[in-house]
Amino acid sequence: MAENKDILVIGGGISGLTTAIEAAEAGYNATIVERNPYLGGRVAQLFKYFPKLCPPYCGLEINFKRIKTNPRITFYTGAEVENIGGNEGDFTASVKVNARKVNEKCTACNACVEACPVERPNDFNFGMDTTKAIYLPHDLAFPMRYVIDSSVCKGSECNKCKEACKYDAIDLDMQDKAVEINVGSIVTATGWNPYDATKMDNLGFGKIKDVVTNMMMERLSAPNGPTKGAIKRPSDGKDVQSIAFVQCAGSRDENHLPYCSAICCMASLKQATYIREKNPESDVYIFYIDLRAPGKYEDFLNKIDADEKVKLIKGKVAKIEQDGDGVVVTAEDVIGGGKINQKVDMVVLAAGMESALKGSNLLSTIKTEESDFAVSEGQTEGIYAAGVASRPNDVTTSVQGATGAALKGIQSLVRRSE
Amino acid sequence: MSESKLGLYICTDCGIGDSLNVEDLQNAGKAKGAAVIKTNPFLCSQEGVQVIKDDINNEGVNKIVIAACSQRVNTDAFEFDPLKYVVERVNLREHVVWCQPPNTDETQAMGEDYIRLGVVRAMKSECPVPKITDINRDILVVGGGVTGLTAALEAAKAGSKVILTEKQAELGGWARKMHKVTPTKPPFTELEKPVIGNKIDEVNANDNIKVYTGTTIKSIAGEPGMYKATLDVNGSEETVEMGAVILATGWQPYDAAKLDNYGYGKIKNVITNVEMEELAAKGKLVRPSDGKDAKSVVFIQCAGQRDDKHVPYCSSVCCNVSLKQAMYVRESNPDAGAYIIYKDMRTPGLYENFYKAAQDDEGIFLAKGEFLGVEEAGDGSVLVEVDNQLLGKKVKIQADIVVLATGMVTSLMPEGFDVNNLTPEYVGNIVRKETQDGVIEEIEAVPTTLNLAYRQGPEMPHLNYGFPDSHFICFPYETRRTGIYAAGAVRHPMDSVQSAADAAGAALKAIQCLELTAQGKAVHPRSGDQTFPEFRLESCTQCRRCTVECPFGVLDEDEKGTPKEHPYRCRRCGTCMGACPQRIINFKNYSIDMISSMMKSVEIDDESEEPFIIGLICENDAYPALDMAGQNRIQYSPNFRFITLRCLGGTNLVWVADALSKGVDGILLIGCKYGDDYQCHFVKGSQMANERLGKVQETLDRLMLESDRIQQVQLGINEWDKLPEILNEFSDELKDLGPNPYKGF
Repeated sequence: MAENKDILVIGGGISGLTTAIEAAEAGYNATIVERNPYLGGRVAQLFKYFPKLCPPYCGLEINFKRIKTNPRITFYTGAEVENIGGNEGDFTASVKVNARKVNEKCTACNACVEACPVERPNDFNFGMDTTKAIYLPHDLAFPMRYVIDSSVCKGSECNKCKEACKYDAIDLDMQDKAVEINVGSIVTATGWNPYDATKMDNLGFGKIKDVVTNMMMERLSAPNGPTKGAIKRPSDGKDVQSIAFVQCAGSRDENHLPYCSAICCMASLKQATYIREKNPESDVYIFYIDLRAPGKYEDFLNKIDADEKVKLIKGKVAKIEQDGDGVVVTAEDVIGGGKINQKVDMVVLAAGMESALKGSNLLSTIKTEESDFAVSEGQTEGIYAAGVASRPNDVTTSVQGATGAALKGIQSLVRRSE
Repeated sequence: MSESKLGLYICTDCGIGDSLNVEDLQNAGKAKGAAVIKTNPFLCSQEGVQVIKDDINNEGVNKIVIAACSQRVNTDAFEFDPLKYVVERVNLREHVVWCQPPNTDETQAMGEDYIRLGVVRAMKSECPVPKITDINRDILVVGGGVTGLTAALEAAKAGSKVILTEKQAELGGWARKMHKVTPTKPPFTELEKPVIGNKIDEVNANDNIKVYTGTTIKSIAGEPGMYKATLDVNGSEETVEMGAVILATGWQPYDAAKLDNYGYGKIKNVITNVEMEELAAKGKLVRPSDGKDAKSVVFIQCAGQRDDKHVPYCSSVCCNVSLKQAMYVRESNPDAGAYIIYKDMRTPGLYENFYKAAQDDEGIFLAKGEFLGVEEAGDGSVLVEVDNQLLGKKVKIQADIVVLATGMVTSLMPEGFDVNNLTPEYVGNIVRKETQDGVIEEIEAVPTTLNLAYRQGPEMPHLNYGFPDSHFICFPYETRRTGIYAAGAVRHPMDSVQSAADAAGAALKAIQCLELTAQGKAVHPRSGDQTFPEFRLESCTQCRRCTVECPFGVLDEDEKGTPKEHPYRCRRCGTCMGACPQRIINFKNYSIDMISSMMKSVEIDDESEEPFIIGLICENDAYPALDMAGQNRIQYSPNFRFITLRCLGGTNLVWVADALSKGVDGILLIGCKYGDDYQCHFVKGSQMANERLGKVQETLDRLMLESDRIQQVQLGINEWDKLPEILNEFSDELKDLGPNPYKGF
């Protein structure tokens, strides 16, 4: 039997994209299976990257261009791997492709959105605004094709979008599809989910409106976010003039995530620049245990530290409470001594990264550690992990790992054909 | 292409037909030479595309102009063999009807001009002829430490032949000196035995890896797929050939002699963390001064690091290293104590478990503090004074050994150079040179490792601190020397686990570069591009601009200064094309004449009170930003005609003269950010454009033309919301200046 020479990449975020593209450009076929209706994953939701403060779309755009021009890459969006069978050289993945209900005839003209009467919370913006039931996931979404949220769409009894579409691009009867993909090796690049901040009772998330997570802060700052990039408090829309960042919200905590999520210090320092730039009079307080700005990131830490309006305070936050029209953060002040009660307009929790493999149906094939990250030693032969599926990492380290994972995937194919 | 026949296909929907007079669009295309012109209400549909295919088959159309939506969408629908057909997309949707009011004279004029621009562009374009040659696919790995060994093994496992060189007599690098290593697997609490020996054995046993120890590189010449290296193998010369290079020469410890304020070199029992490994490997930990048992060991973190006087950055690994060495102290003598004085404990990710394991050891004391001073006590011990910030007071700790956690410096750093004070771009010395233009200051790069026979210098360009990085964040392997990939601590401080992962990535990139080179295709960011710049050397005046400005060091020079091509090093950005005052560098489908002709093709209303502006835009970021403006139906001034460039680096100043003499009132360059945090995918393209612009502005002033007529703005891909302000303001500014005096001539 001929061994299969293709690689399956589970996840189409920056790591999965990288693995698939790098392998394809080296001469191998790669198939990406992505759960969201678009490629790009978490980084598509970020306003800027640290430390260059450059837009993630910039690198994504190049990657999408590489996909568009490379016939060796196939991708499924709105799709999930349900089961993996077989061995290195001959795996079969059963994939469920959710009905998008919009076909390839879609020209992204937006007429359907204007016609649709149903609104839904916008998950891309963490529910801070709404989209119609038919929507484009975000401005630079790739593929540039609309999608229907079947859980809220009224279907053919409404039919308004279908009537508005000149191109016969809407198929309200479209059914989920089962696809079997035969590959020689698999790279899991399933990435991460923000740790559920409601689990930290003392930090008030979910109860106090003006306590948000760091990922919500990205959307609040982005020009295509719910506030068009104006940083305003969720409770009353007031411009945020003082803000507290609470580091290790869940991370480095035995009761939550025992590990360090590796990126949150840099992410909060970066987000300090968002507010300082947009609201020049604002005061920023960052409460931390250790400031982790490894390598050349130190320069970025120094740059932020040089801003007099940014206070870096060593101390773990004990509690966050509503106080009149503000929020009070209570923390120990390790260096100054004593306790700090800092009243601010808004609080950002530096919520950690939880492996998306946690509770996943992939766990029957992919071995993970207690921390839910994929094991590096003793993994099923022919299966590799890239990006945050393997470790909490920043983007550049994830891309490094994903490039190496492409090689591992190729080695499996080479080995099996020898 | 023998004979060209151009077909123009205008899509009328997505609102195009409702906003524009399509008949006049057709006439505009006809006047510029479109032989076949068709409209279709749904061009990207199968039926629509079939119309084009039929014309190809029946009418002999070989240049296809698609006037519809953005070139960024429907790429698969409008895909035709690039070696047979010229395809040009005219963006009537996002760049015209979605950002302009329907059915106005201004909108119509825009639409017609874009048709003209597209038709002329296609007319002036030819299909590329790929350069395909037999290439060498072997990989040279420079450096035999953990990174180099791993890179060699990973490449060999993927089927490549590898040449591995190591300067020392033995393989293994720093890893071989380690007593134990930090945990690499769950539960991330136990020290592990070094496995470098296995790796060395594996390399030695692999038939596809040829190892040269005691070997340095005397020179590397050539280009991807055809490099030749001269090696110095234990004093004798040998030549090898290869297709790509992995630079894995690792790190060197920061020179502790510079840390005399920490007592190093003055007090025998003050040692570095590297020396601590050697000490631990010998067995029981004893004081270097007198061999007495070490009962108390103080670790000073960030000794000379995170310090702009020494090493301004964090070396990333030292917190883990000191935790590990604190465990040596405890293993050596259960009664001994280890003190770690830190600024911040940096044990990212799952190393947190390791940190916790150390915290749980009652003999390891951790304190956030600042090192204040050190002195020798009478009994041979050392007194370390520390401002303990947890206790809020100054304390003195008595130590048998003080270990300085000194940092990592890239191995590319030449001896005697300070990491905190390096010349920009190339590490070297500033020299003053007599030239025909007078005395100029120049950086003379110092050869250390690769000894590249490249006109732009013997080593890799650096971003800062000597680390060869150029596409940091999104594309960490893309260096500015195509076919040469850096991995491991040579390019960023990292531990051995990360170095090994990095090595695999670099091996992939080397293999990939060779695969694409063999097909005559470009690597990132124009992956797959089969075009090459062509040089009409008989008109070259040896001005050297192209050889200096190429961001990737593609061009060498002969004795006279004529550029010598190395096509496989080329990334196809066109910066050389923009640099050349003689207009001798062009691509088959991207040329100076093409853009000049496009500029001359637009119709300028000499009577209009509104300015007429040419926008030169970067296709990677500015073009999508304009698309997003359209998608969001953001309206802006109709006075612009945008011409897309591969990168602003391709901007040739002759275009400015062409545009102004045609009667254009102003030119706006929209490109990526430049400077320290540049976003240009070609590293220096937008910066080069800006430098050229400075020169042309001087010329304009001399011609009594306002230099403000030509400006450059930096725009991020996600800054589409800023476009109306940028465009409208520039237009208003030109209106205030009044019309270009050459208008109507």
